[in-house]
Amino acid sequence: MTEKLLMRGSHVIGETAALSGCRFYAGYPITPQNELTEYMAGAMDKLDNGTFIQAESEIAAINMVIGASMAGARAMTSSSSPGISLKQEGISYLAAFELPAVIINTMRGGPGLGNIAPAQGDYFQATRGGGHGDYRTIVLAPASGQELAGLTRAAFDYADKYRIPVMLLGDGMMGQMMEPVELPDPLDLDTLPPRPWKLDGAKGRPSQFIRSLFLDTTVEEDHNWKLNRKHQNITRDISKAELFETKDAKMVIIAYGTAARIAKGAIKKVREMGLKVGLIRPITLWPFPSQELIEISRHLRDFLVFEMSTGQMVEDVRLALEGRGNIHFYGRPGGIISTPDEISKVIISLYHRQHLEED
Amino acid sequence: MTKKTVFAGFGGQGVLMMGYVYAVAAMRDGKEVTFLPSYGAEVRGGTANCTVVVSDEEIFSPVTSSPDYAIIMNKPSLARYEGMIKKGGIIILNSSLIKTDLIRKDLEVVKVPANDIAKELGSDRTINMIMLGAFVSKTKISTLDSIMNGLTEIVKGKKESVMKLNRKGLDIGAGYVIKGAK
Repeated sequence: MTEKLLMRGSHVIGETAALSGCRFYAGYPITPQNELTEYMAGAMDKLDNGTFIQAESEIAAINMVIGASMAGARAMTSSSSPGISLKQEGISYLAAFELPAVIINTMRGGPGLGNIAPAQGDYFQATRGGGHGDYRTIVLAPASGQELAGLTRAAFDYADKYRIPVMLLGDGMMGQMMEPVELPDPLDLDTLPPRPWKLDGAKGRPSQFIRSLFLDTTVEEDHNWKLNRKHQNITRDISKAELFETKDAKMVIIAYGTAARIAKGAIKKVREMGLKVGLIRPITLWPFPSQELIEISRHLRDFLVFEMSTGQMVEDVRLALEGRGNIHFYGRPGGIISTPDEISKVIISLYHRQHLEED
Repeated sequence: MTKKTVFAGFGGQGVLMMGYVYAVAAMRDGKEVTFLPSYGAEVRGGTANCTVVVSDEEIFSPVTSSPDYAIIMNKPSLARYEGMIKKGGIIILNSSLIKTDLIRKDLEVVKVPANDIAKELGSDRTINMIMLGAFVSKTKISTLDSIMNGLTEIVKGKKESVMKLNRKGLDIGAGYVIKGAK
């Protein structure tokens, strides 16, 4: 651990990536995440064995990441919503190839070109794989500068451990905001487990290859079930959520990332007024922390999902709770950033409607 | 204690730098802090603002609809933020560029002719430090030395003459408040 630094979110990701053994970055500019691409240019240049490429397009960048990962590097690309859409074919290939890679999505308003304000409209795309085929990516949702550092390190570790693409799902506010951060210690690349699958020349070993074309349907089926078993292991092992003021709560808000920060501010306000409200903040969006929700549903009925979209994670909440409890939704799409005051009004109104002030 | 401050003006006035310096100073004093800049398709001469939250405890929301303090550098920013500031809040106005009075009577106002002072000092680039000096002196939320340390950390390697000029700006801004000048 180093001394605390006041750092912009994008820079925290970039510096932590370099400290976590990232030695290859390819990207194409897009607001609101250009600070990350810019930072990586400097960070990779400072390393003896770092490579930075400003690619000719987002598609080229993700394909360069495939190549670098295939050759054994810890590799990363980043973009914002429209650019992430372009990368989806490559992410599907990464999943099929079972290659580790880290993809940063600094979400902005959409669909289409949308705008450059913070939004959470890419939840479905991120948590359902995003590209074609039967696969998932691990999706991590940071909500503070310090967590950006922790989850960037975790993203590289998970990617390696499970040989899977990992997406860090932030937004314009997470990328631009500055908070005090203690960066992790630099990782010694020699301590990483070997990558016997990598393609680095067949000198002294039999030749091997990495592919995603399985014309024999039984082989493709086996491959799909293999990926599925991996997804099940990941779901069992890494689901994670932060619980905040849930012990005596009569109602909980479920929100992630920037929305969770705003929700916490609202909870602080309504707690001062005597309302018993808590927060469940999913840190992994896929796998979704369903167990934590089920646990909480044993002692309360009302769940308010707050998203900066018209309602996407709310579907995972319904799937997790399977009818246990009343699921309410409040959303502001299009790049609008709600204030804690706005959310506290929503909470108070719902609290009344559900008669939670009684007993 | 949690205090939310908005810094607002137009691009080129050092608005973001002012908030950044204050945030680093507060962090070095052991406080929790968030610095949220406005960003966007913005151009030189366009609007610029940032929100800095300083607290003794974990900061939940970096966004606020009711700041405790505001440092207002130009007239459009006054129009935008006057209605948002908390009742009894403090507003530091750059009176070189804002000649109108506040509509609200429930705020404490400190008028600092920052552009005029900066001109006398010989550098327009000190207006943000002049305003910051007045802000710190009025609110006591930080100290001039902390601010200076924050600035030194950020602009590492600047010429000593530039740092001296900034320090002078801070002191004059602070002096304006102490003298009770309006």
